[in-house]
Amino acid sequence: MIAFNKYYNHFNLLSSILIVVSLLLLIFKGLNFGIDFKGGTLIELRASDSKINVSSLRDRFNQMDLGDVSVKKFGNDTDFLVKFENKDNKKNIIEEIKTNLDKSFGNNYDFRRVENVGPKVSAELLKSGVIAISLSLALMLIYIWIRFEWQFSLGAILALFHDVIVTLGVFSLFSLEINLSIIAAVLTIVGYSMNDTVVIFDRVRENLRKYSDIKIFELTNISINETLSRTIITSATTLLALLAIYFFGGEILKGFSLAMILGVVFGTYSSIYIANTVLVRLRVSQKTVLREEDDKK
Amino acid sequence: MLYFSKLRILFITLFSVLFILIASSNLFKFDDNFFDKKINLGLDLQGGSYLLLEIDNEPVIEQKLQNLTTTIRNYFKEKNIKINNIKIDNQNIFFNVTDNDKQSVLDVFQDENSDLNPYYPRFKSHQLEIEDTGLNFKVNFSRQGLIKLKTSSQDQAIEIVRRRVDEVGTNEPNILKRGNNRILVELPGLDDPMRIKSLLGKTANLTFRFVTNDENDRFGVEKLKFENGLEEATVSKRIIISGENLLDAQPKMDTQANQTIVSFTLDRVGAKRFGKATSTGIGKQLAIVLDGKIISAPVVRDTIASGSGQISGGFTFQTATDLALLLRSGALPAPLEIIEERTVGPDLGQDSINAGMIALAIGFMLVIIFMFVKYKIFGLITNVTLIVNLFILLGVLTLFEATLTLPGIAGIILTVGMAVDANVLIFERIKEELKDETNNILAFDGGYTKSRTAILDANITTLLAAIILFFMGSGPVKGFAVTLGVGIFTTLFSVYFIARLFTSIYVSRNKDKEKLI
Repeated sequence: MIAFNKYYNHFNLLSSILIVVSLLLLIFKGLNFGIDFKGGTLIELRASDSKINVSSLRDRFNQMDLGDVSVKKFGNDTDFLVKFENKDNKKNIIEEIKTNLDKSFGNNYDFRRVENVGPKVSAELLKSGVIAISLSLALMLIYIWIRFEWQFSLGAILALFHDVIVTLGVFSLFSLEINLSIIAAVLTIVGYSMNDTVVIFDRVRENLRKYSDIKIFELTNISINETLSRTIITSATTLLALLAIYFFGGEILKGFSLAMILGVVFGTYSSIYIANTVLVRLRVSQKTVLREEDDKK
Repeated sequence: MLYFSKLRILFITLFSVLFILIASSNLFKFDDNFFDKKINLGLDLQGGSYLLLEIDNEPVIEQKLQNLTTTIRNYFKEKNIKINNIKIDNQNIFFNVTDNDKQSVLDVFQDENSDLNPYYPRFKSHQLEIEDTGLNFKVNFSRQGLIKLKTSSQDQAIEIVRRRVDEVGTNEPNILKRGNNRILVELPGLDDPMRIKSLLGKTANLTFRFVTNDENDRFGVEKLKFENGLEEATVSKRIIISGENLLDAQPKMDTQANQTIVSFTLDRVGAKRFGKATSTGIGKQLAIVLDGKIISAPVVRDTIASGSGQISGGFTFQTATDLALLLRSGALPAPLEIIEERTVGPDLGQDSINAGMIALAIGFMLVIIFMFVKYKIFGLITNVTLIVNLFILLGVLTLFEATLTLPGIAGIILTVGMAVDANVLIFERIKEELKDETNNILAFDGGYTKSRTAILDANITTLLAAIILFFMGSGPVKGFAVTLGVGIFTTLFSVYFIARLFTSIYVSRNKDKEKLI
């Protein structure tokens, strides 16, 4: 049996630091919102001429008076991603850019993807993203509150907050782009982390009923160990699937799968080291479970 | 938990085969209608254009208030009630009345059978709201009145948008209402929406009006620019004919002048008016005004009584074709603005499909190998179940002709990764049971029973997340929610029916074997 409980305090401290650092990052550095949430224009461009590179593209675009233009390589050497704010929301901006690029590069390039999100839509998308994440946290809270005692709910929700905040913190730290698919990833993380926590909690409660003489400190450790192989196998298969998406699923899914990978790792960790320690700190005992059951009867 | 009746086995087999058949209809062509269903590819996979248009209702409201002012004035004039200082300001109509008339004016606005202010019994609301501040009245649209107005302009606009898109002839466009002031246009297979965008960006409000030098024209005058933006002309506000009077418009080559023109045919009313105007206005310039700009202003030389004519204005064949198309499809009730555009080229779509399929294959292989190494014979059972699960999932998506997007493919891969969870929970539980239980069958039974709540919990939490995503997400992300959500049900089915069937067969044949798992 692995003595997970020996490190409860250490990891609690680590998590607290992670959360504080993430929050500080989110407040002071902020998130790198993509055009979905900030508004603007995105062009994915494929070049068939080696003359077209990041610097020549940047030169061309900077001459067009589009405001802040970002030009980056996208996946391989011939693909580029161009992003700019399109502040005045010009109508025929794409057409103008095409005529302009034609002058320097002729027909040696091709627009593979064009996205243009107006300020109104981006504000709405951001709002609905925030609502979606809050709503999912609320629903999880209600669900776990129906299924378990309040101490468990608190533990699970703290673990969820930890996963979401730390994942976003990593995105802030490395200035990774937040777009619509990241919201989908965060929601899935919420589901996954909850799922992981619930499986362990289920076992804790079962053991609480079974043993009256084992302290919660020991009991959580027993439960973690009993469910450990399941935790490892499920995380492993999920991570295998996600790694396949990350490495082979194409450039567009990279951010999404990365967020999910982080979420699965944090989710697995938090089920063990946050959710359970809350139970220990709240001194959950057999009485907690039995009293609740009496109430329900 | 381990007993299966023959009927049940038959049902499970039939059910699985049915969905595998449905799923395979994506690859083969079936004559039968029921099987000939296919998963729709989202715009991000097949390439295409997604345009979200917003109707700018301000001009419509402005126009309606303008008309309303006239109506109110005439209405009360007939009733001998004096209305003073009627004016529009900031989308409100203001006017004064005398003390004596105050109540009767209020009565008219609050009468449920009022012609002036229609009452919607369903919403318990009038079209207009009236607010009095002493002898001053302020009239504006009520909430319901505004909604009615918006939905009716949306109804008209979507009709015009549909006509314009159809005229361009893209395959299977999808045109839908969003809210009460937006229209969503999905154009599969179109990688350059430039033409459609420019067509939808035009209101196409066409009027024929005389150019005048008389600043005191009875109908008022306005200065309008020519299309080229250089010249200007003073044009009367009196409309001779408008786009509504057109029956048809076609681009033509004028061989005499060697230029492209748009020829048009007028309806009876239009022809009459056009005839009359051209007979009295010989020698005058007739301005052809489109969306506030003069296309051309030819001099009237003859009376045109035939009800047909032509517009010239230095068109190329393309611009003439587009103008004719716009005139045929009619004017939008209000200007449209493209507030969101997402266009994916077909080759990127194909690349995404390929990448998604490769990721699915690799993810699937990795999971299968992992499970086999970890659980041997039970890993094999899980793997077979996983394959059937995948087919059923594809079958369900096919049956409902769901839209598969790139994040949707990610959802399928993720389902593969997470689907083993339930089986793992069961197997691990069985292992624990076997520690104190010598009877294999009882241990397996216990494993299934005791793991049930954890499995349900786990899947319900994921399902909740998927449901929220489905309702809050848009486009491609919705596709993810669909595959993830459907995946949960197919996983539960395959775990509790298919995997359990195999497990029960294996266990009952190896009742006494030690170290079964």
